[in-house]
Amino acid sequence: MATMTATNGHANGHSADGHSKGKMLNLTLQVWRQKNATAKGRMEEYKLKGVSTEMSFLEMLDMLNEQLIKEGKDPVAFDHDCREGICGMCGAMVNGYAHGPDEATTLCQTHMRSFSDGETITIEPWRAKAFPVIKDLAVDRTSFERIIQSGGYVSIGTGGAPDGNSIPIPKEAADKAMDAAQCIGCGACVAACPNASAMLFTSAKISHLAHLPQGQVERRERAANMIRAMDELGFGNCTNHGECEAVCPKEIKMENIALMNREYFRVLV
Amino acid sequence: MATVLDSKVPSGPLGEKWEKHKFESKLVNPANRRKFSVIVVGTGLAGASAAASLGDMGYKVKAFCFQDSPRRAHSIAAQGGINAAKNYRNDGDSTYRLFYDTIKGGDYRAREANVHRLAEVSTNIIDQCVAQGVPFAREYGGLLDNRSFGGAQVSRTFYARGQTGQQLLLGAYSALSRQIHLKNVEMHTRTEMLDVVIIGGRARGIITRNLVTGAVERHVADAVLLCTGGYGNVFFLSTNAQGCNVTATWRAHRRGAFFANPCYTQIHPTCIPVHGEDQSKLTLMSESLRNDGRVWVPKAKGDKRPAADIPDAERDYFLERKYPAFGNLVPRDIASRNAKEVCDEGRGVGDGQAVYLDFAASIQRVGEDVIRDRYGNLFDMYAKITAENPYKTPMQIYPAVHYTMGGLWVDYNLQSTIPGLFVLGEANFSDHGANRLGASALMQGLADGYFVIPYTLGNYLGGTKLDPVDANAPEFGATENEVNERVTKLLSIKGNKTPLAFHKELGKIMWNDCGMARNKAGLESALKRIPELREEFWNNINVSGEAGEFNQQLERAGRVADFLEFGELFAKDALIREESCGGHFREEHQTEEGEAKRDDDNFAHVAAYEWTGKSGAQTRNVEQLVFENVKLTQRSYK
Repeated sequence: MATMTATNGHANGHSADGHSKGKMLNLTLQVWRQKNATAKGRMEEYKLKGVSTEMSFLEMLDMLNEQLIKEGKDPVAFDHDCREGICGMCGAMVNGYAHGPDEATTLCQTHMRSFSDGETITIEPWRAKAFPVIKDLAVDRTSFERIIQSGGYVSIGTGGAPDGNSIPIPKEAADKAMDAAQCIGCGACVAACPNASAMLFTSAKISHLAHLPQGQVERRERAANMIRAMDELGFGNCTNHGECEAVCPKEIKMENIALMNREYFRVLV
Repeated sequence: MATVLDSKVPSGPLGEKWEKHKFESKLVNPANRRKFSVIVVGTGLAGASAAASLGDMGYKVKAFCFQDSPRRAHSIAAQGGINAAKNYRNDGDSTYRLFYDTIKGGDYRAREANVHRLAEVSTNIIDQCVAQGVPFAREYGGLLDNRSFGGAQVSRTFYARGQTGQQLLLGAYSALSRQIHLKNVEMHTRTEMLDVVIIGGRARGIITRNLVTGAVERHVADAVLLCTGGYGNVFFLSTNAQGCNVTATWRAHRRGAFFANPCYTQIHPTCIPVHGEDQSKLTLMSESLRNDGRVWVPKAKGDKRPAADIPDAERDYFLERKYPAFGNLVPRDIASRNAKEVCDEGRGVGDGQAVYLDFAASIQRVGEDVIRDRYGNLFDMYAKITAENPYKTPMQIYPAVHYTMGGLWVDYNLQSTIPGLFVLGEANFSDHGANRLGASALMQGLADGYFVIPYTLGNYLGGTKLDPVDANAPEFGATENEVNERVTKLLSIKGNKTPLAFHKELGKIMWNDCGMARNKAGLESALKRIPELREEFWNNINVSGEAGEFNQQLERAGRVADFLEFGELFAKDALIREESCGGHFREEHQTEEGEAKRDDDNFAHVAAYEWTGKSGAQTRNVEQLVFENVKLTQRSYK
């Protein structure tokens, strides 16, 4: 039996020949540049060579930024964190599509193999009245926080909860709740909607809790408060374009919006 | 002269310590709580649950996160599940067994009393989360489902598809959002803590930078809670989020908080292999996959045939072969080292640095639909990253840095060596010893936040006479000046190398010399090269932009600067710990079979480092671990 030696396998990001795997692309990037919330923005063009098809879209932006810094230019600001498609921090309009061309995929999980050599790629921030630009591709999504704060919870404190198995929940209900609860709050639905509506986001939370026994006690107030907050924050209404569902990286369905509308009727009657 | 560390573990039988301690703890009456202000830094499972619970109790809470929403903290990425000793399966689980498995899994380097408390409150966590509306997986009869995880022979892991961390965090986030709505918690997003302010020997506030405007601000409190996660990103490539950093805990360390066991790092066995130089992170594939996936490599060296063309007789299911009792579900450190070993032998697949995780047998047994129901999102994620279909061809996996067991030293009350500074979750060192079992990080974060700190913080605030302090105190001014000077310095150097370039270079040193297997020569080399790199950093860093704006280069530069000091302490600790235990594997200390060989006579202790004014010159203090209930044996999963 061989004992351990101190080669720790891959050299932490270095393949044997020091280069990235995959095919290499040369790209033209059209990127929205805006210094801050009040400055006027514009598209700027950059050439980027030797982009591996194995790289993620954000790694391509990292590469662009290293190049811009070397050229003495201001790097492109963009939000990102987990880079595994779950935190909801990243997002941009890529060639007009929220999170880029791939279905059910966040921008960080979009890979450069989805693009071709010589392609021009346009990259813009989410555009919505309720999501003001902070800088370049980074936007302020505090409005989503306000919607959740207005009622996206079960009003219990810590402690005193009954045994987790004391209320059986049919598997189908738990699964439906989970389907809706998968929303990552990225804002792609708002960015893709011609009305900049937040109804898919809001309905996902209302639907998640409406499917569970724990959500029943405050069901009416929750829907009323969250819908009111959504309206007050400057989001538009749903006119059934379906763009939100088409771009949602977590495949949240528009049936949640239908459910939310039913919840709203419950409040009215 | 080394400081004597008092763990403040209560006396009495193991199972009665926590109850006794809760009863003996001082209380703050409900009407008085609003007079106390508490700062919570970080909003992952530990921070969000603590802020929500303390806000609910009536304390005046200020919470901080660097992301644009508390919901984005990296707890969100935990996939597989959360352990709890519910024994819903009737398969022999108990509080004591969860305690025992965790102590053993941690290779006997954790504190017994803390771990037993963790096992005790584990069941409350599940109840709390269900009541919040966390949609855990259920069986057709409506009861909660469980799965198995590494290092345990019972089924005690609760899960929400492959997104358990997300759902638990959204539960804590919803509770926090409610407290924000009720104005019990004041939330500061896109705000980074850059220092802690000490007045009269106690933590009395923090200095922050608003990441949008660049404004440096002072925040006063009666206690400060750091819930800022681990330091895995010292390796540059890890499964951590890009923003994860050591800055909050490192700044506290430099102000007097001891840093414990920095060399304890968990290298997770099932991650997607590295693709190249421009890679920014590694992606984990949940350990739960090892319930149904079989790990193998070809028996022959250099066998380059596609997996499907290699007959069963020519495959080496090495975990099943070597560890028949636990098979593919051995703990993470063991699975990782064995993967490295077969790759070092030249039997790795793909580019040589990967092993197969094969679902063919399970798909044949239970059908593709069942596998999709269990792991669909993980399979989709794998397919997106690699452009391969894991339903048809086996996944390729390789170990990657995932979790850090070390952290700021805390006593039984989760208080650091700075009075008034508490540390929760991954940021502290306390519960996982030298190796963490799967599905235990979520458990610890929520245990600390929901069920431990509400008692121990009350004990501190109720039992301490705190002088009134305001933001004009000279200590606030002095600390703020230091923060400003540092920011100015970083921007003024105008060198030739970017923060990313320095971070990558540090990562390579750490991975090569302080990674899965460590030896004296490598660690000594790291101890030479890290200070050199740090020196170069402070002479040649190029941070673009200005202080008074949204500046992500500046953010990274500050974090890398702290990693460049922390990495040195990491290597120092790894060099001094002349034994192998859990995730810390020293080549000089292994059995003939290549298993980790502990030295209980000399190293059954916590190493807690004290800042003495210069990086690398920390004093090593020791907390002897006392095992009154568990007998120390060599771990065996055979």
